[in-house]
Amino acid sequence: MYGNAYIDPNEKPLSILDGEDPIKLAEFEARIDRGEKIEPKDWMPKEYRKQLIRMIEQHAHSEIIGALPEGTWITRAPGFKRKLALMAKVQDEVGHAQLLYSAAETLGKSREAMINDLITGKSKYSNVFNYPALTWADSCVIAWLIDAGAIINQVANAKGSYGPYGRALDRICTEESFHLKYGHHNVVTLATGTPFQRQMVQEALTRWWPPIMHFFGPSDKISNHTTILMKWKVKMATNDDMRQQFLNMYVPKIWDLGLVLPDANLKKNEETKLWEYTEPDWDEFKRVINGGGPCNAERLAVRRMAEEKGRWVRAALLNKSEKYVTPLA
Amino acid sequence: MINSLDPRIAREKINEDNTIAPLTEMDNWETYEVFHQKKRGEQHEHVGIVHAPNNEMALLFGKEQYGRRGISVNIWVVKTSNVFASDYDDADIFETVPDKQYREAGGYKVMEMINKYKKENKGL
Repeated sequence: MYGNAYIDPNEKPLSILDGEDPIKLAEFEARIDRGEKIEPKDWMPKEYRKQLIRMIEQHAHSEIIGALPEGTWITRAPGFKRKLALMAKVQDEVGHAQLLYSAAETLGKSREAMINDLITGKSKYSNVFNYPALTWADSCVIAWLIDAGAIINQVANAKGSYGPYGRALDRICTEESFHLKYGHHNVVTLATGTPFQRQMVQEALTRWWPPIMHFFGPSDKISNHTTILMKWKVKMATNDDMRQQFLNMYVPKIWDLGLVLPDANLKKNEETKLWEYTEPDWDEFKRVINGGGPCNAERLAVRRMAEEKGRWVRAALLNKSEKYVTPLA
Repeated sequence: MINSLDPRIAREKINEDNTIAPLTEMDNWETYEVFHQKKRGEQHEHVGIVHAPNNEMALLFGKEQYGRRGISVNIWVVKTSNVFASDYDDADIFETVPDKQYREAGGYKVMEMINKYKKENKGL
């Protein structure tokens, strides 16, 4: 489950191509133009490596942290079947983090370094997971709509130029197709259930709509940076394009159930074929992603506890004579 | 103290400002390459890696990571450091292979010779 990699707009613009060998760079770009995949030991520009590490690492952290809001309801799932399914989904998310950490490792950053950057707050993860799953219905809305958004993002990125990331995403998308169906089934069950169930899912949807609109990130500034990342097939679609695709696929399904979205301006412009909506509150987005959300502190504290509690077990199993070798692909 | 909505977390009584020593290198162990077989007799296919402290744990993690969907009958794990691989920079060692037509069935064409022979010797 994941939105888009978050790039701090205040980050100093880089002289992206400084110091790159022009001949190697031309060969690299020609390979990407031909639709070839870039593989771990291949030559790549420094900026390509840096952005991919950031993107894959953020994605991996999002899977790990995303397990927390949904995991909130495992102990109180309504019935055995729902409990089994939710446990399976949460296990999948953690498994996806493993796949993604592996892909990032092939670029030269160790798993330990990534985990350290997560638990100290240096690395970001998808902002939606800084919000709480207040009720069972919240976990259903997450499973349906956050996973739907993630699939849109992941299907696009799976066609990117870095081989190991694309292969991890193909596997992830296959597994997540059940998440989407599971989430939809849950939401439909509540929306077609008792008045109380219906109210529960409506309230959850109202709570989650702003984070969902934030999910793909702010409009991309058209900059040299974005242009180069798209040319290198690191970024496969703009944030706005993905948001439009999401609205187009899911707003009608939500309205089909007679549920109400908390945005009076939301409608499809039949001329432009684009959705119109109230601009999401990007100050709120920035405040939350920089640590000010309702659950940021809890999410990281829980990860630190988990790392700390497992440490003696991992140390006991470690054979100290062994050395780390970067995985093959 | 974190008053979590998740009872599993609430009962841990965690402080928000808990700090821990950073993970050191090899805290997550070394990597194993995982090979997965879907049907007995088929070849094992490389599917990815797991981090593990020993062979047995690598098998366990490999099963959870790569064998929790679909049908599997077998899994192999090999320490990444034990894989001895050729270098992609040396890929030119394979370059002459397509030229070696004498190794291929298609490198032995005779119909043209036979047809020519038959045509020239028609009526004999």
